[in-house]
Amino acid sequence: MEDEQSFSDICGGRLALQRRYYSSSCREFCLSCPRLSLRSLTAVTCTVWLAAYGLFTLCENSMILSAAIFITLLGLLGYLHFVKIDQETLLIIDSLGIQMTSSYASGKECTTFIEMGKVKDVVINEAVYMQKVIYYLCILLKDPVEPDGISQVVPVFQTFTACDISEKVCLLLSSCFLSHLGAVWPELLPL
Amino acid sequence: MGLVSRGAAAAGLGAASAVVRPGPPDAVPHPIPTPPPESAALGSSRMPGMVLKAFFPTCCASADSGLLVGRWVPEQSSAVVLAVVHFPFIPIQVKELLAQVHQASRVGLAVLGTWCHRRQETEESLGHFLEGLGAIFSHEPWLQLCRERGSKLWSCKATRRQVPPHPGAPYEDQVMLVFYDQRKVLLSQLHPPAAVPDRQAGDATASAGGLAAVFDTVARSEALFRSDRFDEGPVRLSHWQSEGVEASILAELAKRASGPICVLLACLLSLISAASACRVFKLWPLSFIWSKLSVCEQLRHRLEQLTLVFSTQKAENPTQLMRKANVLVSVLLDVALGLALLSWLHGKDRIGQLAEALVPVADHVAEELQHLLQWLMGAPAGLKMNRALDQVLGRFFLYHLHLWISYIHLMSPFIERILWHVGLSACLGLTVALSILSDIIALLTFHIYCFYVYGARLYCLKICGLSSLWRLFRGKKWNVLRQRVDSCSYDLDQLFIGTLLFTILVFLLPTTALYYLVFTLLRLLVVAVQGLIHLLVDLINSLPLYSLGLRLCRPYRLAAGVKFRVLEHEAGRPLRLLMQINPLPYCRVVHTYRLPSCGCHPTHSWGSLCRKLFFGELIYPWRQRGDKQD
Repeated sequence: MEDEQSFSDICGGRLALQRRYYSSSCREFCLSCPRLSLRSLTAVTCTVWLAAYGLFTLCENSMILSAAIFITLLGLLGYLHFVKIDQETLLIIDSLGIQMTSSYASGKECTTFIEMGKVKDVVINEAVYMQKVIYYLCILLKDPVEPDGISQVVPVFQTFTACDISEKVCLLLSSCFLSHLGAVWPELLPL
Repeated sequence: MGLVSRGAAAAGLGAASAVVRPGPPDAVPHPIPTPPPESAALGSSRMPGMVLKAFFPTCCASADSGLLVGRWVPEQSSAVVLAVVHFPFIPIQVKELLAQVHQASRVGLAVLGTWCHRRQETEESLGHFLEGLGAIFSHEPWLQLCRERGSKLWSCKATRRQVPPHPGAPYEDQVMLVFYDQRKVLLSQLHPPAAVPDRQAGDATASAGGLAAVFDTVARSEALFRSDRFDEGPVRLSHWQSEGVEASILAELAKRASGPICVLLACLLSLISAASACRVFKLWPLSFIWSKLSVCEQLRHRLEQLTLVFSTQKAENPTQLMRKANVLVSVLLDVALGLALLSWLHGKDRIGQLAEALVPVADHVAEELQHLLQWLMGAPAGLKMNRALDQVLGRFFLYHLHLWISYIHLMSPFIERILWHVGLSACLGLTVALSILSDIIALLTFHIYCFYVYGARLYCLKICGLSSLWRLFRGKKWNVLRQRVDSCSYDLDQLFIGTLLFTILVFLLPTTALYYLVFTLLRLLVVAVQGLIHLLVDLINSLPLYSLGLRLCRPYRLAAGVKFRVLEHEAGRPLRLLMQINPLPYCRVVHTYRLPSCGCHPTHSWGSLCRKLFFGELIYPWRQRGDKQD
């Protein structure tokens, strides 16, 4: 069963959250991030090329123009491959673990899998960003050395969203987590 | 707070607020209260509420019907299927085979259940027969996997015969199928490595968490995979090697040959190290020179590495094996690059050209230095110098330069011969050639080093004198015992002479400071060039090329973890997942398998370096580089 909802992120772009239910022990959340806008791409390219042309008129060296083209191309490729996230997926498999996949605009996929035994807690963290407060979901990992300690705080989604998504996903994660611990919780309200 | 109350209201559970909790990013939230231990330790064979995970090798998905053989991990409620035993078989022989493998590998294998691959619809009798097998090989829980030929639909059942530990628990467990590529899981190595249980200490326990236990099980069960379908053994198995055992003639030959070669090379290397540890080299002039030259350091480092690689001891764990392989590949690449450099140098009489160009370059540098000194002796940058001191210092340095030029001209007939022999050393490796280059630069710029030392010493003396006389001027002195500044009453003539000297030193400070500044900058330039060369040598020494090559060509060998993909799913059927290996990122490969370098890193931080420069203390950026007299 699939379900889709849209939200907005901190910059005002449109995010879409898709929920897929594979079985009672396996669920997937898919967050689609706003695409690269043509306007910003054109703006950056024009700025770089105008600056290069300005330098060219000063120095009379045509290498500057070729260098500007290379820089723009390489910069765009680097941005698409390393920075621009297209889609983030969270796959929760009861009693196995939690898998987070980020797909970048160039097609690269980066996957992290956290075993259920390593998850200590799931929290929503607040952060102050410029003039507003944003919430993001984090998983706390157990410290192998110290039983009460925390070894790592792993944010689930890279795209910082408004509060709505975080709370719902957090509630679902906590239900899977607690069922793993052996406590018996009634199924939460349908999300 | 609003967030918690909304969360609690939505969930309708008061205790959910313990889970959903806002806080500043650095707040440590309270852990979930753990349930009482009795509820978590119900029965020795099952975690309540956990789905049964069956790890099934992809190579067996098309195998004929038979028995599932593998290991049951009760703590994670997972069954790792290693192979399928086909009909016909004798149960006693199957049990014997499992006992043999258990003895060889210390992995507790058992018959986990049955596998049914239906070819036609009318094979019900097979189904009943398979169910009867559950009575012969009793195992809790008994797994029954079934597949229609040519379809992707699977059905799984896991049944229990015993009374369930607490009332209300079902006789059948929910099953989740996880497919894995047996060959890749066998060959891969998880990073960070889970603690390997002692092989001598009985069965491999599942103290390794979760998936590491699966990897461990498959890796240790190599004895099970040794027979293929062409063997005439009593039991017919299906696993990743059942189509034919993987082997390579080259690998076998290399293994056989490596024994005697290692012994030979180990003897040779021990001879060389014994010769270099000989008493003759510990005498003063030689030991001093050896410690200064970076070539000797590099050669010593390479000797150590080669001794490690060709030692007759087998590598104890995969990390050591990787280190040996990395060192070997690094040395081979080094020698290859060195030979390429050698062939380039010795072709077209480049050595002669280099030797001819060397003396004019040294002359040119000396001339530039002379111009610089003349400029300092005049009015450099419009500053007014103290004429007398200026002339003294300038003439002193000019004379030193003149000596140096004569020395270079004296050496010029021998330079080509020396360079030719030194160029031969490139066959030992590019790093050795670069170290020699660094040493040659140090030797050729020795006069700059001397100027720097003279300037620094003068400046240091001046600063010391100034600080001490400034304290006198204020009526204080430095208490060496207490390491602090104390007040002191001086006599009138002490004060008079002290103030006079202080004034003289203050007015002579700009001249000395300028000379010091100029020569320090020159020295830092030379040090920067040498530093770059050392950086390159370090890079070649410490880059783990074998690991990087492995990551590029066989990414499944270095695993950072796993990733799951949900396969085609139908309602009512068990969930099917595909487990793939998530390879280690390149930066982590370099970080984990970095070879130790010579250890010649700068010992100062930027702050202490600036402090030393300001006070005129001599800086030794890489190692002790004292005076070198040729």
